[in-house]
Amino acid sequence: MKARHKRLGFLLVGLVVLGAASWLVFNALGNNLSYFFSPTEVAENKVPADHVFRLGGLVQPGSVERGEQLTVHFDVTDNAHTVRVAYTGILPDLFKEGQGVIAQGRMGSDGVFVADEVLAKHDENYMSPEVADALEKGHQKGIENMAKENKPL
Amino acid sequence: MSGRLSFYRFSSPAAFYPLAGAIGKVSALIAVVLLAIGLYMSFFVAPTDYKQGEGYRIIFIHVPSAWMSMFIYLVMAFWAGIGLVFNTRLSSMMAQALAPTGAIMTFIALWTGAFWGKPMWGAWWVWDARLTSELILFFLYIGFIALQGSIDDTRRADRAGAVLLLVGVVNIPIIYFSVKWWNTLHQGATVSVTEGSSMSTIMLQAMLIMTFAFWAYSVAVAMYRVRSIILEREKDTRWVSELPEVRR
Amino acid sequence: MKGGVSEFFAMGGYALYVWGSFGATALLMIAEPLLVRQRRKAALQRISRLVRIKSEQQS
Repeated sequence: MKARHKRLGFLLVGLVVLGAASWLVFNALGNNLSYFFSPTEVAENKVPADHVFRLGGLVQPGSVERGEQLTVHFDVTDNAHTVRVAYTGILPDLFKEGQGVIAQGRMGSDGVFVADEVLAKHDENYMSPEVADALEKGHQKGIENMAKENKPL
Repeated sequence: MSGRLSFYRFSSPAAFYPLAGAIGKVSALIAVVLLAIGLYMSFFVAPTDYKQGEGYRIIFIHVPSAWMSMFIYLVMAFWAGIGLVFNTRLSSMMAQALAPTGAIMTFIALWTGAFWGKPMWGAWWVWDARLTSELILFFLYIGFIALQGSIDDTRRADRAGAVLLLVGVVNIPIIYFSVKWWNTLHQGATVSVTEGSSMSTIMLQAMLIMTFAFWAYSVAVAMYRVRSIILEREKDTRWVSELPEVRR
Repeated sequence: MKGGVSEFFAMGGYALYVWGSFGATALLMIAEPLLVRQRRKAALQRISRLVRIKSEQQS
């Protein structure tokens, strides 16, 4: 009975120490485990200069320009700051205006991020096209209704 | 008092052996039925996704296998901890029986993740926090199996394996919360305890049925495997030599 | 569902990915129970032999 309690004690102490150690490690690592930087971090110069890094955010609607020679230009935004991106290559299926995107590359001297890889980041929402359509319409209607209600005022 | 007695009764391998057979049989039946329903719902009832088209149907095996990969690890760690503290032989055998199934579930999660990531993200694999920590989980399973296999003395093998399992438990919350704590390419949780789910009801139902199917499958396979492990470890005992399947 | 068999298997252009995922999963989930059965057979065979040897020694 005693040996059993002792082992249980060792086990609990071990787990607590392990938990504390890993908590400290992950606290210290902090954002270094992040896969990408946001446009705000780019604007605040928190990104490595002259070094390859990943830029993540939403593709600004209306900003996609398909130039000659397969080069695509678009803006990546986090609704606070915006970074212009240039990319030559094939874009993934889910690449769309207003969608999440992660580009890997480096900052050019002209402030344009030159990407050599672009990945699409999708969200955790899944629904049928009909539902998505209805939601979109409901959203539009809501805006219209609000506009109508505001009119008499 | 009697509850305590019955608990101890089934902690003996001889008493658990027939019980494991019964649980295994029932679970296998449940797994087959649920898999049939789940697969039918996954392909014929659940609607097409508005953004990912038919490609999203991978979710119906990706998420259940990923959940099971984490859940099985926790169950193994629980049994390993019990075995370490109370020196019960059966709990170590349970941990051992679950390991291959856990490794397979982890592999399925990684494999289907790659086959989903390629068309949607544009990459088979990225080193973001979610994917990397799930890969570490796979290595923990492989490491546990290899470590147990490499030590001849079963008691010492159980102990070494249990310590590895308990240390590796740190990885589970990291996998689970990685999409919340860091910027990852992997999207956030579709189903969460605190915020509910962000998918249509029929999709969610299909996914939950597939999850229960995978769960029943894991229980069934682990129960049948633990019977073999009991036989292997107790081969010199009298009760094993008197089993009908041995005597014939 | 309206299309037919070929459209079903095409999976809206994601055939390789959807069937690559489900196929590999099916393969593993069929192989694992077979391996478990193999292990049981091997264990039972070994024990039967052990029991036979023991009874021969006693007699």
